[in-house]
Amino acid sequence: MNSLKTLLLISVLCSTVAWGIERFPPPDFEGGYTFPTTTTPAPDGVWHEWMDVAVLTAALSLGAYLVLKKRSRAWVFGLMVFSLAYFGFYRQGCICAIGAIQNVTLTLFDSNYAIPVTALLFFVLPLVFTLFFGRIFCGSVCPLGAIQDLVLMRPVAVPPWLEAGLRMIAYAYLGLAVLFAATGSAFLICRYDPFVAIFRLTGNVPVFVLGACFLVIGLFVARPYCRFVCPYSVILRQCSRLSRWRVSITPSDCISCRLCEEACPFGAIEGPEPQWPQRDFARGRAMVAFLMVILPVLVLIGGGLGNVAAPGLSQMHPTVQTAHRVRLEARGTVTDTTDQSDAFRASGRTPESLYQDAAAVQAQYVTGSILVGAFLGLVLGLKLVRVSIRRERSGYEAQQAGCLACARCYTFCPRERVQRKTNKELVGSRL
Amino acid sequence: MTQDKPDKEPMGRRKFLKEGMWGACLAGLGATAGLTARHESHANLVWQIDPQVCIQCGKCATHCVLDESAVKCVQSYAICGYCDLCYGYLKPEPPALDTGAENELCPTGAIIRTFVEDPYFDYTIDESLCIGCAKCVKACAINGNGSLYLQVRHDRCVNCNECSIAAACPSGAFKRVSAAQPYLLKEME
Ligand code: SF4
Ligand code: SF4
Ligand code: SF4
Repeated sequence: MNSLKTLLLISVLCSTVAWGIERFPPPDFEGGYTFPTTTTPAPDGVWHEWMDVAVLTAALSLGAYLVLKKRSRAWVFGLMVFSLAYFGFYRQGCICAIGAIQNVTLTLFDSNYAIPVTALLFFVLPLVFTLFFGRIFCGSVCPLGAIQDLVLMRPVAVPPWLEAGLRMIAYAYLGLAVLFAATGSAFLICRYDPFVAIFRLTGNVPVFVLGACFLVIGLFVARPYCRFVCPYSVILRQCSRLSRWRVSITPSDCISCRLCEEACPFGAIEGPEPQWPQRDFARGRAMVAFLMVILPVLVLIGGGLGNVAAPGLSQMHPTVQTAHRVRLEARGTVTDTTDQSDAFRASGRTPESLYQDAAAVQAQYVTGSILVGAFLGLVLGLKLVRVSIRRERSGYEAQQAGCLACARCYTFCPRERVQRKTNKELVGSRL
Repeated sequence: MTQDKPDKEPMGRRKFLKEGMWGACLAGLGATAGLTARHESHANLVWQIDPQVCIQCGKCATHCVLDESAVKCVQSYAICGYCDLCYGYLKPEPPALDTGAENELCPTGAIIRTFVEDPYFDYTIDESLCIGCAKCVKACAINGNGSLYLQVRHDRCVNCNECSIAAACPSGAFKRVSAAQPYLLKEME
């Protein structure tokens, strides 16, 4: 009797898993009823994505022209507003170059995933343009940057040490995003994209609040996401350091009139730097030598911390989560079940195979976390080296990495005005 | 436009290094693109639910980035039993066995019941009303033929880079599928 009951139970359980089980055989209709077909509305064609790539290329080219050749903030501003309208509100902020980091990473690590070629172009094009013209993408094209740029009212200066420190957030964010994408755990950047909810005017409340916070901070701190958080900015900065052409505040030679000193809301203008006295020079050199010794230590510490963080980080992966839960339930530590563990049981797999999968993922996480930790240690070390090296500078210059190519500073330069012959008085004066 | 002033003297060490890194960067980008493009797909990828894996948890109704979820219930007519007493349509113990709203399982009354011939009824989903809560899907799977199931409807879905429902789905039922075949339909073998 008991075994019959179990048999019945098993058969009922099985039947819920199997599909199309005919508890009620489909009828033979006599009256000429024809089965309707399930409708399958097609997704937007690929043409939309190609249009995005075309607009991206056009905007980048136009941006480069406006910033470097036309030197006009008004036009750059116009292009920025257009980009916000198109990529942000019309295309709803997806896909974006920042998120494409994850698609590229996933493709490199998961052979089952195939990246849409348009996503690949979204990742590569802004970087190529940066290698040639500086961060045109940031100043004129990126919708996330544009929305922050629009709300900026009264920029406060962020001290350079704080700026450099906060920028570590972006490095850490990039490291984690790559780690989670490579292990197939999550697309962190998409999940916490602060402005996508605003672009779509719908979305979950926490992300909406996050976006609102960034905008409120953005009233006083220019483009906080771009400067301190954006993971793509990490790559853009390095490309921008090497760029062929870039923003120069003055169209001719800097006369160090200091008029542009306060022009940049992002603190990306550096003033003249006299040559170091011999004594300081020696001290600086000793400092750099010392840091070079410290550098491997920082890398090791970073790696060690990564190793410690690995088990916690691996909880981001659904398989690890499920295995953890199923193990707790098997041990009787918890008495209830979750949707996740229920779904696992419904799949009919054995817990052992689940534990094995989870262990494999966790092993990947150990390697990945150590690498990310070591990377962050290295970045910190190199940052310290950079602050102890002083480069001689004769005039005012836009930073190679930090300049977002917004073209604000041009109008502050009297030489610029002379060249444009817009200011008659200045032309007539001693200049 | 300001180009780095052309060096009259032989290329300085710094400049040489920079040129080298510039080239390396460009090459690196090219290599990344090349490596990724090896398994790049021309067809875009879209999100879809594997109905065999879905456990009808109800998160599809609440976790979509759209106010009104892009996930809807669909009917596989070939599998449906056209039952008079439809478990997907009626509450478990309905006050009465008729089409009164109080008897319906669907919270929005999105299932349209039409008489076909004695004793069969056709059940069709009104997608403008369906919220993708999977209540009917669950009941049909447990007690019926399992002809009702959830699908991402691509006339609504905005194809997020990471689907928010996929991130929350407890069963891992969401998959990236080719946009050329964007549905995972239940059909009779
Ligand atoms: S263009 Fe000028 S104002 Fe704008 S970010 Fe660069 S340095 Fe700053
Ligand atoms: S979230 Fe997943 S398990 Fe839940 S109803 Fe949707 S597809 Fe099914
Ligand atoms: S991809 Fe986006 S719009 Fe489509 S079902 Fe998922 S969350 Fe909703």
